[in-house]
Formats: sequence, structure tokens, C-alpha cells
Amino acid sequence: MLPIDEVVNLSRLQFAVTALYHFLFVPLTLGLSWILVIMEAVYVMTGSTIYKDMTRFWGKLFGINFAMGVATGLTLEFQFGTNWSYYSHYVGDIFGTPLAIEGMAAFFLESTFVGLFFLGWDRLSRVQHLMVTFLVALGSSLSALWILIANGWMNNPVGAEFNFETMRMELVSMSDVIFNPVAQVKFVHTVAAGYVTAAMFVLGISAYYLLKARDTAFALRSFAIAAGFGLAATLSVIVLGDESGYTAGEVNKVKLAAIEAEWETQPAPAGITVFGLPNDKTQHTDYAVKIPYVLGLIGTRSVDTQIIGIKDLKKEHEVRIRNGMIAYAVLTRLKSGDKSPATRAEFDKLKQDLGYGLLLKKYTPNVVDATPEQIAKAVDDTIPKVAPLFWSFRGMVFLGFLFLFIFSASFYFLVRKQLAPQRWLLRLALFSIPLPWIAAELGWVVAEYGRQPWTIAGILPTHLSASTLQPGSLYFSLAGFILFYTFLLVVEMILMIKYARRGPSSLHTGNYHWELEEQNKPPTSRALPPIPHPAS
Amino acid sequence: MIFDYETLKVIWWAFVGVLIIGFALTDGFDFGVGMMLPFVGKTDGERRVLINSIGATWEGNQTWLVTAGGATFAAWPLVYATAFSGFYIALMVLLFSLFLRPVGFDFRNKVADMRWRNAWDWGLFIGGIVPPLICGVAFGNLLLGVPFHYDDTMRVEYTGSFFALLNPFGLLAGLLSVAMLLTHGATFLQVKTEGAIEQRARAIAIVAALAALVLFVIGGVWIALGIDGYRITAMPDANSAFMPLAKTVTIASGAWMDNYARWPLTKLIPALGIAALVLTVLLSVWRKAKLAFVSSGFAVAGIILTAAISLFPFIMPSSLDPRSSLTIWDAVSSHKTLGIMFWLVLVFLPLILLYTAWVYRVVRGKVTLQHIADNEHTAY
Repeated sequence: MLPIDEVVNLSRLQFAVTALYHFLFVPLTLGLSWILVIMEAVYVMTGSTIYKDMTRFWGKLFGINFAMGVATGLTLEFQFGTNWSYYSHYVGDIFGTPLAIEGMAAFFLESTFVGLFFLGWDRLSRVQHLMVTFLVALGSSLSALWILIANGWMNNPVGAEFNFETMRMELVSMSDVIFNPVAQVKFVHTVAAGYVTAAMFVLGISAYYLLKARDTAFALRSFAIAAGFGLAATLSVIVLGDESGYTAGEVNKVKLAAIEAEWETQPAPAGITVFGLPNDKTQHTDYAVKIPYVLGLIGTRSVDTQIIGIKDLKKEHEVRIRNGMIAYAVLTRLKSGDKSPATRAEFDKLKQDLGYGLLLKKYTPNVVDATPEQIAKAVDDTIPKVAPLFWSFRGMVFLGFLFLFIFSASFYFLVRKQLAPQRWLLRLALFSIPLPWIAAELGWVVAEYGRQPWTIAGILPTHLSASTLQPGSLYFSLAGFILFYTFLLVVEMILMIKYARRGPSSLHTGNYHWELEEQNKPPTSRALPPIPHPAS
Repeated sequence: MIFDYETLKVIWWAFVGVLIIGFALTDGFDFGVGMMLPFVGKTDGERRVLINSIGATWEGNQTWLVTAGGATFAAWPLVYATAFSGFYIALMVLLFSLFLRPVGFDFRNKVADMRWRNAWDWGLFIGGIVPPLICGVAFGNLLLGVPFHYDDTMRVEYTGSFFALLNPFGLLAGLLSVAMLLTHGATFLQVKTEGAIEQRARAIAIVAALAALVLFVIGGVWIALGIDGYRITAMPDANSAFMPLAKTVTIASGAWMDNYARWPLTKLIPALGIAALVLTVLLSVWRKAKLAFVSSGFAVAGIILTAAISLFPFIMPSSLDPRSSLTIWDAVSSHKTLGIMFWLVLVFLPLILLYTAWVYRVVRGKVTLQHIADNEHTAY
């Protein structure tokens, strides 16, 4: 029995909630770990304690964030099995491997050493501790690599074939899966986006200390590292945009067309729509403002490759759906015992379209008896809603250029030694702290919403992937996630703001603002320096 | 591929076993310490001693669970799909309780308010007791068989409920799991702490090991006499790829004892579980902390292996439709995937053991109240 629509929708909502939530913590871990490596490397090379304090203070904030990342990451490791069991069966032979490798080769490294990062300062030599920090950073970036290899395969499923005996996709080439061009592009783009997030975090909080004229030596050094690291990272995010991978794989072409609201195929190189109101019903973008040639250059990295428009893609999809119906009929014959070479040969010829046939399962369980109206509905399903993708993508790109401006300006004034008078820039950096998170979440929407109606592009539709569960179970789990996650996020934010405001004084070295202020007070006041209330 | 498919299927049974036992041996004592936290730690300082005894290493230990999950997905996709969606509510409760650990460890010391710290201590207690309980209940229900079947597209349908898992045998297995990991945590604390905490831990280790012993023996008798086991009566060549539905399975009383009759040496496994528990009690009484810890480790391995050997070659028997039962022969990934993953495990597992051992060496020695006082602001 297929899961009812309510269960599929709730499962999708739950996955979106838990993945987006997990992705509030991942980018900061990815980037901040490397910033800690940089700070600690300077400490090891120069012996200057302020860099040790920097490593330890930003490390404290790293720890608060890391704990949340670990807690929410567990959910994702389990959720394919709990909520997407048919998916897990159908592609586990391929998809499970990068997840298992992630555990063995990356997450183990990261989590085994992270404890020593916090608690090993007195037990390790300087170089040993730096190595520990480095391994944590390496582990977290490697972790992202394997997860994005898995995710890249969902978007461009190479190196695998359907096996009718076991009714699932099976691995043909592991190296194709690992060196999937989509996965490589996604890895660089996502990891660099994480580095930007962390750089903005350090930049913004350091700017706050500079604005308050507290612990300026500490803040200036942190600011400098963040500005340099952030500038390099932003440039790589923009130059190595995720979109450059979208020419590989059929479904990515759809994604690209939807992001750009390319209803018609334009002569190459296509122009880019900077602004407009995409309308799914009329299949037209109203009030479109276009810049000629640019999309073709970005999307295909060439002047003569066409970007196929949505209307033409739909025509291709109808052909594939009709082929998929025949593939399904042949599969039924194979399963009922007719395994003659002729039937096998026929299936092999058609099986690349089997997934398109499965799209019809939503409308008719037998697939082969679909009416032209049902086929037309399935064809419409192959194109995700254009407006959310169009706007998410533009939001992300706009933010990317804003970050480039902030980091460039920070870097420029820092080098000119004119940072302190630029209070506007310091304020801009402070208030921009949340923006990389918004950009990252928008990026997730573009990548994952843009893949609909598929979990595995062109192979397995989303509505077939979900577990056959009771709606009640899903309401229970979804309510649990929302309650737990909201509670934990509130606690996390309170701690984060408390420690960010207190700054390096939280290290209790006696060398920083709040503690010095305490020492200068008359001895009658024995109370601890007031910890600024987060709400104040 | 140097191994044929059948051999790899057996090797993967062993690998998944190693990962699950690795998880129980390492994160097991973290759970045990979590269970004891509000009781053995009478003051904030004492509780911090407990927390810091595992503070630097628990995170790596938990990765055994993540890796066991990932490896099950890769090597036994049908098991991952069926068990996780079937035990849905139980898995969610497990997840929710696990959330409390990373944040509990990291957030607790960041506010110097006793209500705050007390609340996280109970959070860590829940994160310590609920996961072993649920894992034990799940294992118990595997031995009973669980109600699921597949349709012709291999979509699983599970007809049981969360409360049906909480049957007497399932609960017995859950309690055994709690007692076993409480023992393990208590012997660990004997090694890592001193004075009053060590003494309390010793008393708990003795009581918990005795409780585990009683529960384990009752469970064994129950399996031998009380509950029906499963037996494959016909199946395709183990070297070929086939689906669960291609075999026939009967339910028979005493079938879980088949393997012990067939390979008498396997009787040593439950014997190891019993002997190691007895030894844990004695060594705790004799104040041989390190040996007691090693012994409780053997007890944990012996108990889990006993369940695995009884089930072999079954992983997840179906009480609803016995031929849908998942076994190591038919719930597995393709020959190619098992082969590639085999080499990866062979490379990475020794590496993991090596650097984990180094980390434990760095943090060796007892955690004391003095240590906490000296590291007021840096310790957990």
C-alpha cells in the first residue's frame, strides 16, 4: 500500500524542518573550525598568547554551535530509514555507502578529536593541540564531502543500474559516484558557503567589540583573520556557483530552467532574467528585465550550448513518461516469470525511463493504463513551481554579492589602517551576521525543492519514496522535533549571545575588559562583574 | 573480488556486529555514567567529576552509533528501511533522548546557576537511560519476531505498534540492557574516579552486575523454553542475489537454540556473558577496578553476541509473514557494494581504533574534585 498524500507531505515537511534546522549549525562548524586552525597556527608560530586566547574564545562559541550540530545531525542519519524506507531500499546499495564512509572516514575523526580540542589544552604540546584542531576541521569538511557526494548522486544518479531481480538500483561504478561532477561542484560551493558564514560571524562579533571599544587588540586581530578568510571564501562561492553543475543530468536542466524562469529555449547564449514575476499558469514571466548572453555563459560555460526551456523540457518528459509506461509493462512481465533474453533486452532498452513511468503511480497504481489526462498531469509534475526557485536563487545571489562588498570593504580599510572611523562598516558587519544563514537556507531550497518531484532525479519519485506510516506517528514526531528544536534553539541563542557579549573575558585570564574593569573597582564591590543580560 | 558473495555476507554480519558491540562497549559506559549522574554525584563538584570522566571522549564514542547506522544502511538497506520505519515511535523517542546529551555536556557548565545545572543533569540522565532501554527492547522484539511484510515492489508494511513492543520479553531485554550498561558505566567510574564517588560506583557495579546476571539467565531460559524461534526451511543458493520472499521459513519452539546444537563451541558465548558478570562482581569487591572494567566489557560483548548467535542467520524475523523475515542472505546489498565497503572497513576501522586509543591515552588518569576546582572555567 502506498503512503497516503498526507503522510508523504508530512514526511517532506519533517525532512525539510530537520534538514534546514541541522543546516543552521553545519555552516558555522565547517568554517569556524578552519578559522580556529588559522588562529592557533599563528599562536604556535609566534607564541603570542593573544592568539591562544582567540582560539579558546572563538572555540567556546564553536562548542555551543557544535553541540547543536551533533544533536540535530543524528536525526538525519536515522531519517532515511524511518521516513523514507522505500527510498532506503531502492537506492541503499549506492546511497548508503557514502553515508557509511562519512561515519568511518570523517565524522569519527571530527568527534574523536573535538573533545581534546576543548579539554586537552594542558595535556598536549602546542603542536599536538594544533594538530587536534586541524583534524577536527579536516573531519568536518570531509564529512561535508561525503554527504554531498550522496546528495550529488540524488541530483545526478550516475554509476548505477536498476536490477529487476532485487527491485532496486545497484552500484555499477563507485568512482562514477565519487567523481560525479554535480557532487564536486556542490561540495566546493557548500563548504565555501560555510566558510563565509563563519567569517561573517567572527567579523560581526569582532566589529561589535570595536564599536564598543572593548578588547580592541583581540577584536582587531579576529576581524583581520575573518576579513581575509571571508574574502577568499566569498570569491570561491561566487565563482564556483552551484549552478555551473546544472548542465549535468536531466533533472538539473529542469532546475536551471526553473531558477531562471526560462519558459522557452533561447538561442545560445541565453540572456538572464534579473527581475520578473514568473507565472506557472501562463508559463510566462511578467515584467521581465533581461540581460543578454549572461545566463548562457554562467549556466553552460560556453557561447554556443543552448539552455533548454521549460516548454521543450516538458515535451521531452512526455516522451519519457510514455516510454516509462512500456518499461513498467515489461518489468511486470519479467517479474511474473518471463525472463527470456528478448524480454530482458527490451527492458534494458527502456529502463532508463522507468522512473518517468513511476511518476504515474500517483494517479494510477497500474501505470500502464494511464489516460492522456493523467499523463499530462504527470508531465506537469516534472517541473517544480518556478517562483520559489526563481526568488530563492536571486535572494542567495544578492546576498553573495553583499558579502563580497562587506569583506572587500573590511579588507580594504583594514589594510589602509582606517577601520576604526568606518563605524557604518562595523555596524553593517554586525547586523549582517544572520544573513549567511539565510543565504545557506535559500541555497538548500534551490537545491532540494528544485529536485522535485524526485528524490532520485529521474529514477524515484518523492511520493513513492516515503515510508507507509500512520499520520498519527508523523504528527507525534513532527511535534516532537518542533518542540525540542525550538527549545534547544532558544537555549543555544541565549548562551551564544551571553558569551559573545562577554567576549574574551569569559576565558577568566584576567586580561580582558570586564575583568580589568572589576579590578579597577574599589574592593568593597566583591560581586562578579555583571554579565550583560541578553535582553538588555 | 577476493571473496565470494556468500563469504562477504557472513563477513558483513560480523562487521555490523563489531560496530554494534563497539557502540555498546564505548558509548555504553557513557550511558551508564549518565544514569548514575544525579545519584552518584551528590554535589555540583561530584557531578562535574562524573561528567568530565567521559567529557573528552563521549562524542567519539557516540560515533559508533552513527557509523553502525550508516553501515547498516550501506550493507543491509532492507534492514535499515524495515527496522527504522517499523520501530518508528521508539526510534523518535531514542532520538529525542539523544538530543539531550551533546547540549547537556556542553551547555551545563556555561551558566553558574544550580537550577540550570540540575535541569541538565536530569536531561543527561534521560539521555543515559532511555537509549539503552529502547535498544534492549528492540533487540528483545527481534527475538520474538515483529509484524511486517513486503508487497511485490518490496515496499514494507509494518502492522505493529509502539506499545506492542513493550511486551514482557521485550521489557526484560530492555532492563537487561540498562543493567548491563549501568554495570559498565559503574566499573568505568571505578577506574576514573576516587574516594566517595569510586565507592558508590563500586556498590552500584556489584548490584547492577548481579541484576544483569539474573536477567540474562532468565532471558536465556525464556528463549530456550518459552518463545518460538525461526528456521529457514528452503532458500536459493546463498551465493546468489535474491529477495526475502524467495525463501520459506517456519516458526518452531526451541529454534533459537539450533546454532548452539550445530556449533557446540558457540555455547561459550553465553557462558562468557555469565562468567564475565560474575567476575565483574568479584573484581569490584576485590577493588581491582581496571580488571572489573575489562570484565564488564566482556560481559557486554558476550550478552550482545548471545542474541546475535541465537538469531543467526536471521536479522529481523517477521511474525506476520515468516518468509518476509530478513536474514544475512537476502537483506544485503549487492556483491559489489559489500566488496567495496569491506576494503573501506579494513582501512578505516584500524585507523579509528588507533587514534581513539591515542585520545584515551592523553586523557588517562583519574578525574578528581581538585582537577575540577583547578579547571573551574574550562572543564565541563
